[in-house]
Amino acid sequence: MSLSIIGGRLIDPANGIDEQLDLHIEGETIIAVGKPPGGFVADESIDATGLIVIPGLVDMAASLREPGYTAKGTLESETLAAAKGGITTLVCTPDTEPVIDTPADIEFIHRMARKLQQARVLTAAALTHNLEGRQLSSVAALKAAGCVALSNARKPLANTLVERRALEYAATFDMTVFLRPEDRHLHAEGCAHEGAVATRLGLPGVPSAAETVAVARDLALAEHTGARVHFRALSTAGSARMLREAQAAKLPVSADVAVHQLHLTEMDVEGFDARCHVSPPLRTLADRDALRQAVAEGTIAAICSDHQPHDPDAKDAPFPDTEPGISSLETLLALTLRLVEEGVLPLQEAIARVTCGPADLLRLPYGRLNVGLPGDVCIFDPEDHWTLRTDQMISEGRNTPFEGWEFSGCVTHTLFNGRVIYRKA
Amino acid sequence: MASRHDNSIQLNDDGRLRHFLTIEGLDKDLLTTILDTAESFAALPGRPVKKVPALRGRVITNLFFENSTRTRTTFELAAKRLSADVLNFNVSTSATSKGETLLDTLRNIEAMHSEMFVVRHSQSGAAHFIAEHAAPGVSVINAGDGRHAHPTQAMLDMFTIRKHKGEFTPLRVAIVGDILHSRVARSQILALNTLGVTEVRVVGPRTLIPTEARTLGVHVYHDLEAGLRDVDVVIMLRLQKERMDGALLPSEDEYFQLYGLTNERLEVAKPDAIVMHPGPMNRGVEMDTEVADGPRSVILQQVSYGIAVRMAVMSMCMQTHAANGGEA
Repeated sequence: MSLSIIGGRLIDPANGIDEQLDLHIEGETIIAVGKPPGGFVADESIDATGLIVIPGLVDMAASLREPGYTAKGTLESETLAAAKGGITTLVCTPDTEPVIDTPADIEFIHRMARKLQQARVLTAAALTHNLEGRQLSSVAALKAAGCVALSNARKPLANTLVERRALEYAATFDMTVFLRPEDRHLHAEGCAHEGAVATRLGLPGVPSAAETVAVARDLALAEHTGARVHFRALSTAGSARMLREAQAAKLPVSADVAVHQLHLTEMDVEGFDARCHVSPPLRTLADRDALRQAVAEGTIAAICSDHQPHDPDAKDAPFPDTEPGISSLETLLALTLRLVEEGVLPLQEAIARVTCGPADLLRLPYGRLNVGLPGDVCIFDPEDHWTLRTDQMISEGRNTPFEGWEFSGCVTHTLFNGRVIYRKA
Repeated sequence: MASRHDNSIQLNDDGRLRHFLTIEGLDKDLLTTILDTAESFAALPGRPVKKVPALRGRVITNLFFENSTRTRTTFELAAKRLSADVLNFNVSTSATSKGETLLDTLRNIEAMHSEMFVVRHSQSGAAHFIAEHAAPGVSVINAGDGRHAHPTQAMLDMFTIRKHKGEFTPLRVAIVGDILHSRVARSQILALNTLGVTEVRVVGPRTLIPTEARTLGVHVYHDLEAGLRDVDVVIMLRLQKERMDGALLPSEDEYFQLYGLTNERLEVAKPDAIVMHPGPMNRGVEMDTEVADGPRSVILQQVSYGIAVRMAVMSMCMQTHAANGGEA
């Protein structure tokens, strides 16, 4: 099977390419960018005139819910949703049931994903046994089984000695550690940013310090241990500032941001809108703008979906009793393109944050269109204006506050390993 | 932009009260109408509260997910004075920690043709949630949700203030104590500002004042004497005993020494200042017995005015539904 994508504007930030170029794929692999090799005849060609051709998106954090929470989503439903969103590589979080903390758990996910052939599903395995923050995971065995990172998911490590040991042990095997920085005592029973809106609505607040205290602690331990630390889903201006300073001091630390944090603020919680119940909480406009700046300058090199699909009941309760999270695979690209429209960063940079940016942080060769790499491609129509309707979503989770938002830029084709896995009707 | 729920769910298209969930979003005219309606129900001196046939044959359900005999009783009395039939449900919060159970509870009681729910719940936003899911023609009255709102308490406090002070415009009001956890304080602040008082002050240690308190439209004081100077109304809030365990305060004794109201401290307030408390009161913690029982205390009047105010709110919401053709 061979395929050519003809006449599109090809943007490949990793290689600094932004021009009209064709892309040729033979089997699973990219074989040429620009002119086809001599004698190459494609079995199929996609007319990409007027469309933009980019690497398949790489999403550093998505909860796929399987095993254990299949009422919220399955590997099948969520990878289909990813395909519709142009995402071809995603890292699933370990907070499943059972927790992904053994080679067998990793193998289960990888085997299922290989069977589905909808996306490259990678795993971030639990940093500690059962995410309990006490006993280290078998890092060497997990690495051998193919996990790409270790993660504390949304369970903050309470014990700094365990954290130190976990970072040291992970560093022994040169593994990146994902940390969701959160001081559990300062977080307490909080469910919304401790600011003007939560104060008025009487919602228990999560102070910014719940994150910055943990970032400061984690940075100190990163420096002490030399471990590669990646902060997940930053939400505050203070964290962005500390990260910038740490990078300037050459610490091997990085971060991502959930795409909704770049668009929503505490104001969106108004009226007890449980769709906007997320963790970390939506913060102030100043925080949002600081995160946007950190993304624009590259301090935060990856924008991720932080996808958390839920069953309807999970959001059908008084705000503090609802489960946090947004179903967001299908809006990652659209919300990233919206940053370009709003002048936050240029198109090529924006695409880098959802392709080679996260791939580089994971030290993986994806998120780029090099000859010899897998044919993972996203094609989108920048002039296709569409409105998000939850009843048209593929994900099992319809929990999104972006319902009714109008977007510019819609995925027309997604290719994974050289095969068209999504084609817009 | 995304569709939003907002406070307008408590008003119908004509701006009349369908539910009573929060003071937020209600204007001065509407609050004044509530007070005027309450006035018509209020007991004349020396005579019992009138019983009126306004809600004869209607079913009102007290749905209390948090225990409160006192508040439930005043709502029950108010409903009975309006000739309504009253159902009381005390649902232990532990049994309904899941949303679906809360909705199931609601559906079950709706099936009994109840036209009004009086709801108390430990989570902020619970009354909004129930109002959003209630069948058309069913009114929801918030009898306290988490730290969010307790609008009937705030309105009975406004009623008490108006009784004693006449008009709101020149008044300075100090609210003293645990603002952070207080739904009463949030509703009082909104009501006082909507009714146009000169100044609302909150007084307490930093641990009990929200960091963003100023955004509520108040001046923040940490010193009781400075906070009480020249005020017309002093509202003391209840200090929950469990706050002592959470590293919010060192001891009841130190709290009383710094923020307890005594006749001596009250001297800096206006000579005719009144003292209020939403109850139940901890004597010797929030205030001295001689203040509580003294000539400036209007605490017991608050309780009796509460019935008239709740009658007013219930009848207004029911009339809105009747006007909309919403009765069963």
